[in-house]
Parts: sequence; C-alpha cells; structure tokens
Amino acid sequence: MRKKQWGGNNALKIIKHYLPWIIYFVFFVGIVVVNPGAHYIHLVARVIIFSLYAVAFNLLYGTTGLVSFGHALFYGIGAYVTGMLVKATGPEYFLVYILLGAVGAAFVSFFIGLLTLRLTGIYFTMLTLAFAQLVWGLTFKLYNFTGGDDGIQAISKPALLTGGVTKYYLFSFLVVTVCIYVLWRIRMSPFGSVLNSIRQNPQRITFLGLNVYKNQLKAYIVSAFFAGVAGGLYAGLDGSIHPDMLHWPTSGNAILMATIGGMGTFFGPVVGAGILTGLEEIVGKYTEYWSFYIGIVVLFVVLLFPNGVLGIKKIGNSKNIEEKEKEVVCNSGN
Amino acid sequence: MDINTLIAQFISGLSTAMLLFLISSGLTLIFGVVNVLNFAHGSFYLLGTYFAYQFMQLFNNFWLGLIAGAIGAGIVGMVIEFFFLRRIYGRAQEGSFQLLMTFAFILILDDIVKYIWGTEYKTIPKPDSLTGSFSIGSIMVPAYNIFIIVVGLLVVVFAWYFLSKTDTGKMVKASSLDRIMLGLLGTNVPMIMTVVFGVATAMGGLAGVLAAPLRTVTPGAGVEFIIDSMIVVVIGGFGNFWGALLGALIIGEVLSFGILWMPELATVLTFIVMIIVLIVKPEGLLAKKAVGRK
Repeated sequence: MRKKQWGGNNALKIIKHYLPWIIYFVFFVGIVVVNPGAHYIHLVARVIIFSLYAVAFNLLYGTTGLVSFGHALFYGIGAYVTGMLVKATGPEYFLVYILLGAVGAAFVSFFIGLLTLRLTGIYFTMLTLAFAQLVWGLTFKLYNFTGGDDGIQAISKPALLTGGVTKYYLFSFLVVTVCIYVLWRIRMSPFGSVLNSIRQNPQRITFLGLNVYKNQLKAYIVSAFFAGVAGGLYAGLDGSIHPDMLHWPTSGNAILMATIGGMGTFFGPVVGAGILTGLEEIVGKYTEYWSFYIGIVVLFVVLLFPNGVLGIKKIGNSKNIEEKEKEVVCNSGN
Repeated sequence: MDINTLIAQFISGLSTAMLLFLISSGLTLIFGVVNVLNFAHGSFYLLGTYFAYQFMQLFNNFWLGLIAGAIGAGIVGMVIEFFFLRRIYGRAQEGSFQLLMTFAFILILDDIVKYIWGTEYKTIPKPDSLTGSFSIGSIMVPAYNIFIIVVGLLVVVFAWYFLSKTDTGKMVKASSLDRIMLGLLGTNVPMIMTVVFGVATAMGGLAGVLAAPLRTVTPGAGVEFIIDSMIVVVIGGFGNFWGALLGALIIGEVLSFGILWMPELATVLTFIVMIIVLIVKPEGLLAKKAVGRK
C-alpha cells in the first residue's frame, strides 16, 4: 500500500518536474502547427527571444538576488556584434556570429562584474545602470562605427533562413530551447543552489567556505552570455538594430518580465515575456498609449501578486517565499 | 579661449547645477526619509512643466504657472505615496519592488501627459521682467540664469534652516535615522513620509517649470533629466542633502564645460564621473560612513 503511494507520488513528481517543459513545447511548437499567419508567428518569435533574455536575466535577479538595471548592455552587445559582423562579412556564419556576440557580452560582463559586484543593493543597481547608459551614449555618438541614431539596417539572414518568418522562428526556437535547457541545468546544479543560497543568506555561504563574490561573478557572466544570444537572435528577426536596445527601458523590461511572470520560478520569465509582448500587441491595436496599461498591470502585480503569475499558487501555502526567507534570516541570527 | 568665455560658461553651468540640485535634493530627501529611490521623479518634473504650461495658457502669467506647477506636482506625489508606495514599505526585496513600482509610474504618468497635452513641442516663454541680461564686467549673463541661481540658493538656505533649526525639520531628520523609535515617541511617521514625498516632488515640479523656458517642452524631458539627477545623488551620497548640492555643482559644470570642449561626449562624461565615484567611494563624496560595500 505504502509502496504504491510512494510510486504514485514519484510519477506525479516527475510529471510536475517536467510539466513546464511540456507546456513550453506544446505552446511553442503548437503555434507552428496552428499557423495563425506571419504576423503572429513574428510575435511569438519575439516572445521566444525575450524569454531567453528574461530567463537569463532571472538567473541574476530571481535566483542570485542581484537587481541589475543594466542588462540591456549585454543584450545590445549581442545584437550589435552580430549585426556588424553580418554587415561586414555576409550572413553565411550567422550562428557563429551570434555565438561571438554572446562571447563578447560575456567578455565585457567579466570586467563590469569585477567592478559592480563589489557593491551591494541600490549601489550595485545604479552602477550597472551607469555602465549600460555609458555604452548607450557612446553607441549614439559614434555614428561612423555604430550607425548612431539610425542603428544598423538590412542585416541579411543566411539563405537557409530567408523566405517566410516561420523558418527564422523555428531557428530561434531551437537556439532558445537549447539555451534555456542549459540555464535550467545550471539552475538545478549545485552551482544553482549556491546562487539561490547567496540571495537568501550570503553570510552562511561564506561560513560554508564558498566565495560569494566569485559565484556572483560567474552568475553575472553566464547571465550576460545568454542575454547576448538573445540580442543576436533579435538582430536577425527584424534585420535591424537600433540604440534603443541598449537604453535603460530595455533593462527595465527584463525586470518587468521576470517579476510579472514570477521571479521565484524558472519559467516565470517566459510567461512574463509572453504577457508583456501580448499586452503591447493587444493594447497597441486600440491605443498608442499602451505603456500606460503596462504600468497599470505592473502596479497590480507589485501590489497584489508580488510572486508573479506563476507564483500565485504559492499563496495557497501557509507561508510564501518571502516569509520563509525571512525565517531563514531570523534563524541565522541576522 | 579667453577668460570671459570661461566665466560665462561657468555661470551657465551654475544655473544647470541649480536646476539639477532642485530635482536631486528632492530625490535625496525621499531616499533619506522615506527610503525609496524614486525613479519616477522625472515624471514629477514633467508634470510640473505641463501644469505650468496649462496655467499659462489660461491666465498668461508665468508666476502663477510656477506656483501651480510646483503645487500640482506635489499633490500628485502625495496621492501616489499615500495610496501606492506605502503599501510596499518593509517588504522583503523591497528594492526591486520600489524600482518596479516607480518604473510603472513613469509609464503611467508620461502617457497621461502625452494623452492630455500631445507629443508636439510646446514653449513656455520667460517672464517679461527676466528676458534681459546683466553685464558683469564685459560678460553678458542672461537675467533668467541669474534668477535660477538665486532660486536655487534660496532653496538651499530655506532647507538648511528648516532641517536644522525647526522642530518639524528635526523630526524629519529623526525619521531618516530611526523610524520605529520616532513612531514610539508618538510622532505620526507615515504622515511625515507623505508630506516629505509631497515637498520633494513639488521641488521636482518647480525645477520642471524653471527649466522649461531654457529647453523645449516635450513628454521625453523628464526621462532625460532624471538620469542626470540620479548621477548627482549617487555622487553626493544617497540621502545626503549637502552631497546633492556638491554633486549638482560638479555635474552642472561637467556638462557645461563638456559641451565646450567635447560636444560629442558631454553626456557620456557625466556617466564616467559617476562610475569613478562609485568605484572609489560608492557611498558618495560627502557620506560619513561606508555603506553598500562588501
């Protein structure tokens, strides 16, 4: 009797463990099967690219507890490196260029992380914002190198991906899925647990003999790398990039997507990306003042569902994450 | 480049600095007392400008617009603090929720401004009495710039008197040091916070009106200015009133001389100054104790 119960629970647990993945595949593959037209495929392509950006960001934000307000920098570096390389040499090695863009983002993040991670709290947030705005300002002014205000137009795609947005969507889906799977494995690894503990109680991590600074830096670099991949993918989607991708509202969007979806969950940012992009699309049809409605939604989420959409079910539990964390902090004598 | 150009540029930088000080002293006051980093402060600057524009359309009087802009922005600020912001005080990871909520108010307020007043450029003319210019030696300085500097200095003196000489000012200071203790002593701390938020946003609105005749009035103006005043607050030290003054002077002059020597990179220079300060002395130039470091 008991064995049976355990067995049943295990099967349930396994299903529960992989349920988000199942829903993820059903939705993103199903959309191609349903084929609602090029416009909507393009929309979902944006969702999937923003998903990677938000999930990568959430490794830093929801897991490690570092509120970076400058992630647009890495997203933008990915986009600009990919775009400029395609412009310079042609689109044959598109995937390689995306990788190079991501490596570039990771490279820059190493140096910025060395400096910013020395600070905590609001000081960290402001310094990340300052670096991102600095690069945005440079991109804006260095007209000959980056195209300034105009950005870079007509970034061509390799022959395999041209013709119909569905091909590029499937390509993005494949790349994003691989990246999100890697991020998922990272989140589930011992390293992911260390990051999670750093958010909850950095002091204890130090007592355990682990280096908080080094692990945060690793998380920062990993997060920047995958944000760079997302940026590179976006450069190919519309074939154009512009300095707005580096501007602070893009950094803010990462925080919005992660929080709306649920920063305490792995797939929350994917849901958040869908909600934000969907809202822009639906509200944008009726009024040009869509950011007003996004503001209202954010206000609503912050006041009523601080754990995000995927975090709602946790309200049913006797304690939510925050309270549990507070307890951990209290027990540790802080 | 002769000395006269330099002095003229210095005075122009001084008036920019005073505008920056008006906004960033409000920001720093909110951070010090209410413990919120108000990313939406630029939207109150914007509201001040547009309220003044509306009043000047109706009554054709700059001074009435100036008062209406400041008071209007202050009232909106108090409403927002009372109904929304105070609901997230003391929550775990409060910082990120503050960031989100104030970010939401940027989206909401800026769109309301766009909806009511449209996106096209508006102009607010200088008042007739301040259109001329003074001559100091052989340098001509616009009277309006002098006016801004005088207003800024008046705010400095008034704020210093209020915060260090009056009982209410001492209570405001006390609430930035120990909120709970002050509450236990029978002070209505939530009310102090609402009022401080209102006064600080009114200062933002005032700066918005004062700056309007020198710049074009567009819905994007708030965001442009808020980044600079954030830099001021960081340089001076969060919650440090005199730090905001020093930071505003530095950034005002960096902008002013930056445009003279490196017109391309003037805006980038301010970020470089901020990055250097954050790396060398993250708590700000005038802060006494080290915070925010590991």
